[in-house]
Amino acid sequence: MNVTINNLNVEAQPGQTILDVAKENDIHIPTLCHLNLHDTKVVNQVATCRVCMVEIEGRRNLMPACSTRVSDGMVIKTNTPRAVKSRRTIVELLLSNHPKDCLVCERNQNCELQALAAELGVRDVEYKGKRSRHDKDTSSYSLIRDPEKCVLCRRCETMCNKVQTVGVYSAVHRGFDTVMGTAFDEPILDTVCTFCGQCVSVCPTGALTQVDNTSEVWKAINDPDKFVIVQTAPAVRVALGEEFGVEAGTSVTGKMVAALKLMGFDKVCDTDFAADLTIMEEATEFIDRLKNGGKLPILTSCCPAWVKFIEHQFPDLLDIPSTCKSPHEMFGAIAKTYLAEKLDIDPKKIVVVSVMPCLAKKYEAIRPELSNKEIQNVDFVITTRELARMIREAGLTFNALDDDDFDDMLGESTGASVIFGTTGGVVEAAVRTAASWLEGKDIEKFDWTELRGLDGIRVATVPIAGVDVKIAIAHGLGNARKIFERIRAGEEFHIIEVMACPGGCIGGGGQPYYLEHDTSVLRKRAEALYAEDKEKAIRLSHKNPQIIKLYEEFLGDPGGHKAHALLHTKYVRRDN
Amino acid sequence: MNENDKQLAELDSYIDSFDTKKGKLIVSLHKAQDIYGYLSVDIQKHIAKRLGIPASKVYGVVTFYSFFNTTPKGKYSIDVCMGTACFVRGSADVLEEFKSQLKIDVGGTTEDGLFSLDSIRCVGACGLAPVVSVNGKVHGRVTRADVSKILDDYKSKEATA
Repeated sequence: MNVTINNLNVEAQPGQTILDVAKENDIHIPTLCHLNLHDTKVVNQVATCRVCMVEIEGRRNLMPACSTRVSDGMVIKTNTPRAVKSRRTIVELLLSNHPKDCLVCERNQNCELQALAAELGVRDVEYKGKRSRHDKDTSSYSLIRDPEKCVLCRRCETMCNKVQTVGVYSAVHRGFDTVMGTAFDEPILDTVCTFCGQCVSVCPTGALTQVDNTSEVWKAINDPDKFVIVQTAPAVRVALGEEFGVEAGTSVTGKMVAALKLMGFDKVCDTDFAADLTIMEEATEFIDRLKNGGKLPILTSCCPAWVKFIEHQFPDLLDIPSTCKSPHEMFGAIAKTYLAEKLDIDPKKIVVVSVMPCLAKKYEAIRPELSNKEIQNVDFVITTRELARMIREAGLTFNALDDDDFDDMLGESTGASVIFGTTGGVVEAAVRTAASWLEGKDIEKFDWTELRGLDGIRVATVPIAGVDVKIAIAHGLGNARKIFERIRAGEEFHIIEVMACPGGCIGGGGQPYYLEHDTSVLRKRAEALYAEDKEKAIRLSHKNPQIIKLYEEFLGDPGGHKAHALLHTKYVRRDN
Repeated sequence: MNENDKQLAELDSYIDSFDTKKGKLIVSLHKAQDIYGYLSVDIQKHIAKRLGIPASKVYGVVTFYSFFNTTPKGKYSIDVCMGTACFVRGSADVLEEFKSQLKIDVGGTTEDGLFSLDSIRCVGACGLAPVVSVNGKVHGRVTRADVSKILDDYKSKEATA
């Protein structure tokens, strides 16, 4: 069919919205509530904000471009005085009910409402009236809800309910009092929230933001009595550059390390090292369960958001997750024991800071069972975004920094650990080591392409030492739910990998914001991780010389007594 | 089976009688309110689980519709009609009088559990406007001055019971 937009005759497909057709033809229509999550095939199309109103010939009223489907011969005008005026009025009305503390807002210069006001050239808000008043919810360790900044776009609800199937948010109360709230207005800490932070990723304003831990980290760095060790997750290095205008998918590991050293951390280490350690324990546990008739499938346990998800939603399946702590927690446990001994430092003086792509890790770090002798394994977690801000605060010109290397101890890692940052990576790393051990010789197949990609659920059967090992991978909690339901229904798998965030950690709730959740950004971040894996001399976790040394000097055997005490954890049944 | 179990069994058998649980939230809430008189947090959670939907969704619906109430009703439930006819004939004053005499707000219940107060829309007795209904019994042409008499009637009924 053909439609006319702004005097331009263009082709359109039945079922397309005016916004879809406009985009295809490089015609810009401002939007606010609209969000198209392409790969998950979920669209937030509630048309609540009315910013995208356009004029259609023959219709009395303006229509929202995001949710009005085109019809043959439709004549659309996006920039008539009436449409522009209406758009501006809508934004002014939104602003009239919005706090004006932009200068000190977490989302300053990174806010869709602010950008829209700038784009439309709003200079004054003539509507003065009552403003809705709501308390901030600062109950959680991961995210802050400030409903006064909410524009009721419902993106968080769509993300939480439809994509993640967690269902924390709903519009509650009515009319002027409407707020995106929780069940019974409970503080978010007391809800089924997994703290995955995907709601924060899609929030257009400062209504949902991360808990900021940067000042605590600066304080520790500047405390002469503290020995501050920082570790960085694999997914951080392929996204941090975006905060400094570098193209998505550029690995900035060397510059990141240089920045961390200049910021004053006493040691700059790599969570990748601990990912290799995780594989040692997890592959051992898998082989033990496989050979000795233990519970299968085994479920990878690196992601704290799905851990909380299963604790709430599938408490009957708590015996399937691996008991391994997540890599950064293992790192903390080793840093405050083995490294403390080596460096002759009192563990109480050691502060472990994790730079993570994740908001749930902030909450994970305070879980009481993730400690050793009443000392938490990890003290502070900051996100990729927070690290970028600290780098700016420190006055460093990031792009001009010379590459530097991680510190020697707990800094060396293999290609297997790098790919932990993307969906499918943990299970691929585990399979590399488990296959080598089961077959009695190191495998030569490194690239398990059947486990890669961004399909929400992937199932593959790989022959290992005469066993057809059935592997399932899910990313996004909605997909995880489907897999858990299949397990509950009796379908048999050997290994399952679940990551709460779409794309795995590269799409984590603490990563740089990216426009429209365009998954090409995720693909580029994933490709950068696989490229880094390929370049590594060692691509099997159990061949990491520092890991071998750690077991020889300190831990004993993988899965042994000491390893269990330090590197394994337990799960908790929670209400749903 | 005690009273609690009976009530819950009635609600559950109602919910379980549906072929599909889709779109059955509002009718289930109506049923629960019929049985219990109000929708407690526990009952809302129970319905959420039974229907397989998030508790936040249930709470969203309950707080949206003014017909649903989340606090227990008094023994005598007073509904003041705020429909157009009653309103123009002074029902707002009558409502204010009830509020001040009972010392509760609309939607509230007195501490002794005897009275609760709500505003409703047209009961179809506009000829008697303004109208107040107590447990379904309609009092017509109510004035501010009648309020204490209505309350006293129910109080004395209670005292002799």
